[in-house]
This record gives sequence, structure tokens and C-alpha cells, in this order.
Amino acid sequence: MTHIVVDPITRIEGHLRIEAEVDGGAVKEAWSSSTMFRGIELILRGRDPRDAWAFTQRICGVCTTVHAIASIRAVEKAIGAVPPSNARLLRNLIIAAQNVQDHVIHFYHLHALDWVDIVSALSADPAKTSTLAQSISDWPLSSTKYFAGVRDRVKAFVERGQLGPFANAYWGHPAYKLPPEANLMAVAHYLEALDWQRRFIKIHAILGGKNPHLQSFLVGGMATPVDPDSQDSLNMGTIAALNKLVADGMDFVSRVYLPDVLAIASFYKDWASIGAGVGNYMAYGDFPMDDSQHPELFLPTGIIHGRDLSKIAPVDQAKVSEWVAHSWYDYSVGDEQGLNPFKGETNPNYTGPKPPYQVLEVAKKYSWLKSPRYDGAPMEVGPLARMLVAYASGRPARVKELVDKTLSSLGVGPAALFSTLGRVAARAIEAQVLVESMGMWVQGLADNMGRRDYRIQDNSKWDPGSWPADCLGYGFHEAPRGALGHWVHIKNGSIVNYQCVVPSTWNAGPRDAKGQPGPYEAALAGTPVAKADQPLEILRTVHSFDPCMACGVHVVDATKRELARVRVA
Amino acid sequence: MIAHSLSQELEQRGISRRDFLSFCASMAAVLGLPETATNAIAAAVDSKQRPILVWLEFQDCAGNTESFLRASHPTVADLILDTISLNYHETIMAAAGSQAESALEQTVKDNKGKYIALIEGAIPTGANGAYCTIGGRSALEIAREVCGGAAATVAVGTCAAFGGIPAAAPNPTGALSVADAVPGIKNLINMSACPANAENITALIVYYLTLKRWPPLDQYRRPFFAYGKTIHDNCERRAHFDAGQYVEAWGDEAHRQGHCLYKMGCKGPATSQNCPVVKWNEGTNWPIGCGHPCIGCAEPNFWDTMTPFYQRLPEVAGFNVGRWVDPVGLSLTGLTAAAVVAHGVVQAVRHKQHVKSQSGEDKAESE
Repeated sequence: MTHIVVDPITRIEGHLRIEAEVDGGAVKEAWSSSTMFRGIELILRGRDPRDAWAFTQRICGVCTTVHAIASIRAVEKAIGAVPPSNARLLRNLIIAAQNVQDHVIHFYHLHALDWVDIVSALSADPAKTSTLAQSISDWPLSSTKYFAGVRDRVKAFVERGQLGPFANAYWGHPAYKLPPEANLMAVAHYLEALDWQRRFIKIHAILGGKNPHLQSFLVGGMATPVDPDSQDSLNMGTIAALNKLVADGMDFVSRVYLPDVLAIASFYKDWASIGAGVGNYMAYGDFPMDDSQHPELFLPTGIIHGRDLSKIAPVDQAKVSEWVAHSWYDYSVGDEQGLNPFKGETNPNYTGPKPPYQVLEVAKKYSWLKSPRYDGAPMEVGPLARMLVAYASGRPARVKELVDKTLSSLGVGPAALFSTLGRVAARAIEAQVLVESMGMWVQGLADNMGRRDYRIQDNSKWDPGSWPADCLGYGFHEAPRGALGHWVHIKNGSIVNYQCVVPSTWNAGPRDAKGQPGPYEAALAGTPVAKADQPLEILRTVHSFDPCMACGVHVVDATKRELARVRVA
Repeated sequence: MIAHSLSQELEQRGISRRDFLSFCASMAAVLGLPETATNAIAAAVDSKQRPILVWLEFQDCAGNTESFLRASHPTVADLILDTISLNYHETIMAAAGSQAESALEQTVKDNKGKYIALIEGAIPTGANGAYCTIGGRSALEIAREVCGGAAATVAVGTCAAFGGIPAAAPNPTGALSVADAVPGIKNLINMSACPANAENITALIVYYLTLKRWPPLDQYRRPFFAYGKTIHDNCERRAHFDAGQYVEAWGDEAHRQGHCLYKMGCKGPATSQNCPVVKWNEGTNWPIGCGHPCIGCAEPNFWDTMTPFYQRLPEVAGFNVGRWVDPVGLSLTGLTAAAVVAHGVVQAVRHKQHVKSQSGEDKAESE
């Protein structure tokens, strides 16, 4: 039995540490720990709820829109603001662009190097690489000459002796299975994707002023004016620019990203039976399709228990709770019970080893993440959960079509979805479905302009005087990494309590009071480890969740705890 | 150090000399240098001696990393990055765990006094450093070691530069800026904003490579080339401010016609940065350009001093570019002092003291 520590887990957002017991070439037990804490919700106390989105947005600069969206939805629900049609469409476009761009970056820049051996690409035959590339896609950058150029550039880079960010990696590890040609193709697309993400995210600059940290959100709507007869508003010029960027996005996702995932997956089919995890999947659903109080959602809501795709249970926010038995917090009611976010409290109390330390005391408290549970059960959230809920619901039909196509091209059944590889495939399928849907929301904006509907904001609820004196609200959103909820309590125009229950908290959280492991921990159990000092396989399973640790750690308690005083310089 | 010159490498990577010069010209523009400086920049960037960079993330959101990935002359900027040799960056590096840590250790040991440290995120001092650890070591310990041995340290983004959001009241983790956490380090430069603009980070590196020195800094250690003027000075909507044409409600005729956002809470008059000139995402847009007020994200303690975001600044005079900035800055902190009591914020007081102690006689007189 070997105890291994991987810290930092790199190619993620934030600070994550994995400790694992490895025995007989596989992980027996694993512990997931988040090692950074800021306390943003404590900082929100007493502030104007209309400002909250900008604060919570800074929880994460990678998924830079998600906490802003969840925040404005929570505050809107509390004060009764109803965003108009244009705001809904602008948000849908912003959310879809975030998901698509994030999924591409995740696959190529954060995850691919777990599957792709850059050094092996050096021995690839460019002509064979060209044949391979042309057999999977009609993407034009696929000539022998092109791949020879990429190979020579990488060769020059390696020969220079300074590998920069590619130094000290696990190149040559026996778990790398791709032939040199597939590695070279993937390296070429790694570089292309770096270029593509910059272009595609201009959608956010058009609709939000900048990316990261878009700045056009408002409680009750959006700040981006809409008027086809003004050069200072979204007009026909911007509609055309959006259509162009969406088409560019569609091109890359359907002709590069999705074919690459299928090609690479075909060499790693054993990973379709590794890394399943807890087997419960939850999606809040997102992309409202109309402006009613209870709109139909483009991606549906629901819960799948125990990998049973025949039944979908509804989601009820009252059944969400967070536990701190293994987290560095204390509850006033004791650590043996969970609290719903409306009653949530967070008293940070670090009881771990004093830094610098070698190992955590995993039998006690060992993470800055809490353990969210739904009706007491751990839930996996994310693209796989969303695609499973959509697949089982039969809508949107495009999801079922793409999932079935993917399964048949890999020659596997639906059970293969519950795996490390399933997460990778679900992310690519979702990117395809969303990028295809963006055109309909751009058209929706144009249609509203045609009807002279330029409303972007519910101005009737802007003045805090129009709000109830005491109100509660929650906002649900599907972030790239999964189901995100914000809960807010507002009193006399100020925030008294604010809680975020975040995808990476659901997925990366520690064990709960009953000892049930979180999804990362459960998924790692059984993961093979060929070389304990080079735990490449652990990275594969952890990265398949797309960790976002800055998001995962939060703190709330606006009601109980006397705040720590700031030192005065 | 690296054997090939950059232009040779660029050519190998399919980037022409012409593309390279056009990148240098755009850098000259960001730096406010005359166009004739293009050749000097090209010569400097093209030289064989290029420093090593390490990029550390502490209490951060990776927003500055993401911003950097959006640099507007991407291929070349990226090349400069990897040519400069980015030896450590948690978000993008291939290695993990002890292999990642040894890459950092080795770089710091082998290049003492020569590498450039870029820091993203604040540094917590509470709970013996347990609010942020990497490889079991506290952020503070790592920062002391890495910044202590660097030729220069660049605090990228408002969290590293000024403490940012973790240090916002009530600062639950005792978060500090790089300047306060590791005092006395050599050549500290603050590139504030949330996030820092990629163009400005690239321009800073080019400035150093071109002129062989670091740029002159303002009272908050920010380079004048990016922070020498206020948003308001350069704002495309300034004429509407001077003409008294203001947005009064979201989506009203004035909002749709691009009038001034001052009454909606714009903090442009009290914020120094070159957003209106450089803009974001390859010059595509900027916050005011899409109808939302500036929130003052490049300023120290803006989460406390610039909030509530939708409350307008105290009286701002027109037709007087530059002159009114200091009085506004002071009345703003005065205003904040009231908000501070409500919030139990001590930080803003510190901000005020900071302004007084560092900004010299002008401000003391006008107060």
C-alpha cells in the first residue's frame, strides 16, 4: 500500500490536492482536498444586492459568467424582477458561448495532455497524419505539408532544451496509447484551439464589454442596449458579427473538436469502464425558451439515481444541503447534520496540519470544500449529467441523436457513458448541441428588433424602495462544470445571507458525516496507477470532471459569526 | 538562455517578418511611443537574451491567466511567452504534483536574480497560511522565496496588486497584496484591473526588453503608459458628459444613443486605466462601450471604495480634463468613510491614509 499525494493538480482552475492509497496497481481510496479559501460570501454581507453579481463573478475567471448569472437570477427571484425577452436572449447567448469556449479549452489545453504525448508527435509521419486527419474530418488544415510544419516547429521547440510549460511531464508513460500520427494531429489542434478561443470569445466582448469578467449584467435585465437605428446599441451590424462568430464556432466544434474526441476515444476505450463514480446525476437545466414564469428549458432539469436512465426525478431546492463533517468549518448545530443553503452557515475553522505539511489528516477534516448532498445522496453534476438527463428525457432530440451516434461509432453501449471517457464525450456533444442552438437566439434578438421591442431591463424593480422589506431567492444555472445555485436573503435592501452551492463543490467535495465519498473520490477508487511516482491516470479521471476549485470553496454566514476584524496597517 | 533569435523562430513557425513588425508597431502604440520606435522594439524583442518567467497563482480566480490567453496578437504574443520560457504556470503546465514543484524549485535555484515573477491573486496571512497552500506550503512562504529571488515581480491584477476581492471588508482571510505580504522585494510593478488587460501585460514585457529598464510608476506602482490617465479623460462618451447628456434609466433613449453613464454610477472619473484606448479582446469592445458603467476595478480597494456600484460619484466638474481628478479622489474616499462605518470596513481608511501619505502636497492642500 502506497500513500501518494498529487499537489498541485495542475491544468485546472484553482488549488486542488489529491491523496490516494494505491495498492496492486490501482487506487484503493482517494481524498480530494481544496487548499484555498477566500470567503467571498462573508464579504457580501451588508452590500447592495444589485452589486452582488460582480462580487460573485470574481469567484472564477475561467467560467467568468456563471456566478454573475446565478446571482442576478437569485436576486431577481427574491425581489420579483422579471427580465424582458432581449435580456433572456442575451443571457442565453452569453451562457452558450461560455460553455462552448470553456469545453474546447478544457479538452485541448487542460485535458488533452493526459491522453496526448507531445514528445511522441515528433516521430510522426506527416503524410500518414494527413491521411488520418482527412479520414475523420474535412477540416482544411490537413495537408502533409501543414503537419510537417507543425512537427518541425515542435521539434525546434524541444531541441531548444527549454520546454517551458511542457517540462517535467509524464512523456513516454506506458498509459499513453496514441500512435505518433494521432499525437501530432492533436498537437496541431492544441495550437489551433489556442487561436480559436480568442476569436470565438469576442461574442462576450460584443455582449459584455470584455472577457474575462463581462460587465453588462444587471439585476432585472442586461445593460447592453438594443436598437437597430443606433450605432451605440446592438444593431444589425452586431447581429451580423454574432452570426459570423457563431458560424466560426460551429465550424471548429463540428469539424475539429468532436471528430478529435471520437478519434482519441477510440484508442482509449478501456476508459469507458473506469472512473464511474457515485452514479447519481443532477441537472438544474438551463436556457429558458420563453418569457413566462415557468419557461421551458432547452436543456432539461432532472435527477438520475443509480445509473437508471428509465426514471427522471424532479429537482427541489429544499432537498439540497451541505455538510461539514470533513470540511474546515463548524456548524452551530453540530457537524453531524446538513443545512439547506437558506439556513446555511459557515464558520471557517482550520484544524489541519500547520503548513508546510506532508500529508493531511484524512480521517478528520481535510478540505475547504463542503459536501453538498441532495436528499442525503452525493450527486455528480456537469456536462455528463446534463447530457444523461437530456438523453433520458428525449429532448432536445439532437442530444439523443448525437449520443447514439457517438456510442455506435465507438461500438459501445449506453453503460459506457458512466465513466471517465463518458465525461469527455458528453462535453463535446454538449458543445456541438449548444453551438448549433446559438443561431436561434441571435435570430430571436433580430426578431425583437423587427417588432421594435428594445426593452432590456425591468426598471420597475431597480429602486430598492420597490422591494419587499424581507425576501428570499435562489437562482439556478448550468455552468460549464454543472449545476450551480445561489441562495440569497435580503433585508431592507441589503444582503444578510448569501450562499453558493457550486458544481466543483458537488463533484470535488470530501466525505460527508455518513462517510459517503464525493464524486471525485468515488470515481478515483479503482482507477489504475501504473507508476506511483507518475500518477497520470489519476489526472485523467480528475481532469475529466474539469475541476474549478476557486468556484468550489466559499463561505457564508451572515447571521451568526462575529466577523474577523481586519488589521489596520 | 536561448540560442535562436526570435525572428528566426517566428519564421520557422510560419510568421513573417512583416507580421512581427506589425506586432511591434501595435506594442509601440500601447506604450505611447512614436511609430519610429517600432524598429527599436523589434531589435530588442528579437535579441538572444530573453528572461525566464514564472507565474504563480494564490488567492485568485485565474481571470488574469485567461485574460493573458486573449492577447490580441496571439500567435506572436504566445511565442514571446514560450520563447521567454514560461517555466511554471499551474493552469497550463503539463506536469503536476512533485514534478511541477521541482520545475519551480529548479528555476528559482538556477536563475537566482534573473527571472521575472508574475503573481496572480492575493496572499492570505490568517490561519498560519492555511487559507492557501500549494504542495503543502503556504502562499506566503512560496511568495517570499520566489519574489525574493526575482529580478522583478509583476503583480498581475487587482488582487495581487492591492489585495482585491479577498481583502474586501471584512477580509476574512487576512489577505494582502504582494507589496504588503513580501515588503522590500526588487522592482515590484502593479498591473491592476480585474482582470489586468493582456495588452498592458505584454506591453510591460516589451517595454523592459526594448528600453532595458522598468517603466516609471505612479503612486500605486503602476506604469504611466497604462495608468497615466483616467477612464473619463479618454472616454468616447466624454462629450455627452460635458454637454450634460446622461442616461437616466436602463434602455432609455439616452442609453441607446450612447450618452454618459455618470448618473448610473460610472466610476470612470476616479479610475486610472487605458481601457478606452486599448479596449478588450483585440479591441472589440469595453464595458462602457456596451452600456455599463465603469466599476473602478484598477483602483486600490475598489470593492469597498467604489461600491455601491450604481451610486453616482460626488460632483464631477466638466471641461477641465485632468485637473479635477485629485479632488474627486479625495471626496470619494470621504464618501467611502461613511460607507465604511456601515460596513465595518477598515480598509478604506487605510486607502485614505495611503492617498494622503503618497500623493504629496497637492492633495493635502485640496483637502
